[in-house]
Formats: sequence, structure tokens, C-alpha cells
Amino acid sequence: MIIEVNGEKKQLNQQQVLAEAITHWGYECALIAVAHNDEFVPRSRYAAIQLQDGDRLEIVAPMQGG
Amino acid sequence: MTAPNWEIGGRALGSRLLLGTARYPSLAVLQQAIRASDAGIVTVSLRRESASDRAGSQFWSLIKEMGVAVLPNTAGCKTVKEAVTTAEMAREVFETPWVKLEVIGDDYTLQPHPFLLVEAAEALCRRGFEVFPYTTEDLVVAERLIQAGCNILMPWGAPIGSGQGLNNPYALRTLRARYPEISLIVDAGIGKPSHAIQAMEMGYDGVLVNTAVARATDPVQMGRAFGLAVAAGRLAYLAGAMPTQEMAEPSTPVTGTPFWHSSPERHG
Repeated sequence: MIIEVNGEKKQLNQQQVLAEAITHWGYECALIAVAHNDEFVPRSRYAAIQLQDGDRLEIVAPMQGG
Repeated sequence: MTAPNWEIGGRALGSRLLLGTARYPSLAVLQQAIRASDAGIVTVSLRRESASDRAGSQFWSLIKEMGVAVLPNTAGCKTVKEAVTTAEMAREVFETPWVKLEVIGDDYTLQPHPFLLVEAAEALCRRGFEVFPYTTEDLVVAERLIQAGCNILMPWGAPIGSGQGLNNPYALRTLRARYPEISLIVDAGIGKPSHAIQAMEMGYDGVLVNTAVARATDPVQMGRAFGLAVAAGRLAYLAGAMPTQEMAEPSTPVTGTPFWHSSPERHG
């Protein structure tokens, strides 16, 4: 299935929850926050979100800002 | 750092300068500029992170080790939904309920969208955020933001990054006069320390500056200049400025002036 991550299409070969997908893509050590289909997902719920084909994820991290 | 002398969003701080962290030549210069400015609050943001690039964590470690308060922004948001989701992500990453709420309504001036801003502020206040709304100088929008639950307002001086200073001093003075209990911070448009002093002399509680420091020839020295300007402006406000008048009034006492009333011009 295809998941759109930060506007870029990524392939997932099997049904996964958000926590597994984050690890799979190499984000597990980074300080990040996630929105799933435009809804904020607290860290405590990563294991509970089952990803579906066509889902959109925003994965963000700190940056400089004004 | 200066000893705490004012309270904002539940924190006691010394300096009344808020400094943005974007557009510096390097992280090292940013760090030195924050120190030199004595800023008590720095603004930060969020961006899309790729798994391979961890630039964000280096920046965040540097800010954390400096011990300054952080104010995350919702820069670039154009809808209520985007702003609320971004604020929620920022609260988790930066571990603070503070948010500088930006909802932009025009791409050329980056003017805040007054209606969506009020709507987003209502939603975030309900969710327990301490909202620092980036707004225009409009009095009625200010009133609506306060009704929405905001204790702090951040009217613009001029468009972001323009360096024009305070384009509408009358409206900014009016906000100060109408809302003595609200924390007012001029955010955006300040280009020089003299602009910051002007805002502080009006009785503003603080000033937020980014580009003016980051894009100065020497950002570290400019950071220091802004720190001094904000402190000087505050001191001047507390000291109370003299009233202005049209005509001259001699500052040197005239009593006992040599040749007083004896020059031929005076007698025609």
C-alpha cells in the first residue's frame, strides 16, 4: 500500500501500525511529531493507529523560526 | 541574564526582548546573538523531517542547553485546521503550552487573517494553550482575541521581514491605552533598535525581533544593541517622558543672565 509521507509517496508492503512504520522508515531515534490525515497523533497513540492505503502523514521536527 | 522583573505566560523573565532564531549565517552566530541580546524567549518552528537529515535535533539541542524559554510558531499556516494541528505537534515536541499563533491571510504582506486568527485562537485556548497571537494593530480584532481567551497580543509593527518599524503608532498607542492589563508585544517589522525603543517607550511589554538581528552585518553586536534598546525603552517608559510643545523653552535658567534685556535688538 502507498502512504504519503511529507508529500512523498512511500511503499509499505504489509499492514502496519504507525509505530512500526516510523521505525521502518528510520525515524525512531528522532525527536518528531506526527499528524495522520491532518489530525495530530500523540506519541502514546502511535501503536494504536492502523495505517490504510492512501493515508497521509506529516512528520515534523524542530527548526529555526521567527 | 537580567534578574526576573516581568511575568509573561506564567513565567518570570528579565529581558523583555523576544528573539527569532531563523536566517542567521550559522548556528554558532545564532547562539552568540542570543547570548549577546540577553533575550529571555526565543521563537522556534517545525518543519517536515526526512529520516536521513537530522538538522533539527542539532538546532534543538543548542537551544535547550541555553536555558531560554521557547515560543513555537505556526508559521506558514493558512487555515484554522493547519494552525491547530501544528500547535499540537509543537506542544509535544517543545514541551510547552505556549504558541505564537500565525494564520496568514495574504501572501505578499504576510498579513494575519483576522477572522481565521480569532477562530484558531478560540480553539487553542479551549485546548489549554497560552496563545501569543500574531495580529494586526486592529482594535476590534484585539477585542475578539481577548474574548477568545488570549492574555497576550502581538500586533505587527510592519510586514514580517520588512524592517519598516512602527507603521501605525497611533493604533499601537490606542491598543496600549485600551488594554492596560493585556501583555502587548510588537512582533514583526522592526528593523532597528530605535524602532524597538519607540515601542517600549509607548509602554509595550516586549518586542519580538528576528530579521533585524539575523540579517545585520554583525548579528551578535546587533543582538546586543536590541537588548540594550529594549531595556532603555522600558526604563524611559517607567521614568515618564516630558510633554512635547511647539515652542522653545530655555533649559538654562534666565535669571541673572548677563546683559539680560540690554541688547539693542530687544529694544528695537
